[in-house]
Amino acid sequence: MNDIGIGSLIIVILISTFMGAVMAVQISYQLGGQLIPRYYVGYLIRDITVIELAPTITCLVLAGKVGSNMAAEIGGMRQKEHIDAMEIMGVNTPAYLVMPKIFAAICVVPMLVAVAALVSIAGAFVSSVPTGLFTAAEYVEGIRAFFEPYNVFMMFVKAVVFGFILSAISCYQGYFVTGGSIELGKASTAAVVMSNIGILIADYFIAVLLTQ
Amino acid sequence: MIRAENISKSFGDQVVLEDINLTFEAGKTNLIIGRSGAGKTVLLKILVGLYPPSSGIVWYSDVNFTALDKKKVRDIRMQVGMLFQGTALFDSMTIEENVRFPMDMFTNKTAKEKLDRVNYCLERVSLKDVLKKYPSQLSGGMQKRVGIARAIVLEPKYLFCDEPNSGLDPKTSLVIDELIHDITVEKNITTIINTHDMNSVMEIGDNIALIHEGKLAWEGNKEEVLTSKNEILQSFVFASPFLQKVRDLHADE
Repeated sequence: MNDIGIGSLIIVILISTFMGAVMAVQISYQLGGQLIPRYYVGYLIRDITVIELAPTITCLVLAGKVGSNMAAEIGGMRQKEHIDAMEIMGVNTPAYLVMPKIFAAICVVPMLVAVAALVSIAGAFVSSVPTGLFTAAEYVEGIRAFFEPYNVFMMFVKAVVFGFILSAISCYQGYFVTGGSIELGKASTAAVVMSNIGILIADYFIAVLLTQ
Repeated sequence: MIRAENISKSFGDQVVLEDINLTFEAGKTNLIIGRSGAGKTVLLKILVGLYPPSSGIVWYSDVNFTALDKKKVRDIRMQVGMLFQGTALFDSMTIEENVRFPMDMFTNKTAKEKLDRVNYCLERVSLKDVLKKYPSQLSGGMQKRVGIARAIVLEPKYLFCDEPNSGLDPKTSLVIDELIHDITVEKNITTIINTHDMNSVMEIGDNIALIHEGKLAWEGNKEEVLTSKNEILQSFVFASPFLQKVRDLHADE
């Protein structure tokens, strides 16, 4: 949990800050000069962040950072015969090595996604209000407008599902690695690629299911 | 006692083992020897349950190990210790944690009892002041000894050793061989050693099985190695001119 959560906090905060900042600039640019109230920028940033960007971007990043790490760690244990040694001792290795990682990801990824959403919304404020893209009052009004708690529920559903996908796929790639260091590198890469594909496919289906 | 009955193993079209029948006795060091690629490691992995045989049965005493479900296999494996070729020590754990690991998994002993047992096992393999060290801080021979300590910590009935002398100098190899042999006799363990180290064969080979191209080519003990007329055994054991001279000298005596 520490590795996935605390270990990923800085990268998540960094990416979320810039994600919010860029969104604020670009949405302001898109809506500029039109007959749309400027507080809509805050409203759009909040909903885009909560519904889509915080869970998806955070988990794509985590698949790269945490997923590759999980695959390399378990794959390394496979290659050094640590897993065989545990099996021969009678240890249930999937339960001992894989389950804690999946459980940790399911618990910690939603927390990271929540942090990412908050930081992203704050990042938009910090980067845009001082530069005059919109006023603090307009942004806060937008943040508070048309709030749907269901969207937060959707964010957490995505976070849990994505956390499961990235940890399960990464552990699978590591657990069944065969060969040497080249194969371990390939397994680590495959963990990231497959996790990303899995997350994007799941994202679509969750969106379809939860917005019916 | 462990018995391999008509064991065969294929990977796709490639036949690796063919109709192997062997009995490994308790209280003796049972050696499986053979050239690289002969099928020794596959046989060892079948015996320990890491590979399923294509056909045949592995018996642990009177238990058909091959037919057991996963839970019962785990029950048997709690009586198994294994020394790996590369030691397979957990490199992020200290020596104490490595040796204690099987006890943490399967016993309800107190921390004091565990530490006493760890100390006993490390003393048994002649290691001192290594509790807080990591495997990478030890020499190859010391790592092998830690591997043996971990393998015997739960007092196993069965001990498997895969190439215990690989990468070790002849002197250290002898120490490891004697240690394994002494523990085997002392605790009446069924020990199976996979090796192509000729010193081991001549020092501790209570029972020896030669695997050649996936088939059992010869069975006997260390005394019979010198007198056997089996051509495959002779060409394997006395491969070097030096060992051929030793054999001839022995024959002259």
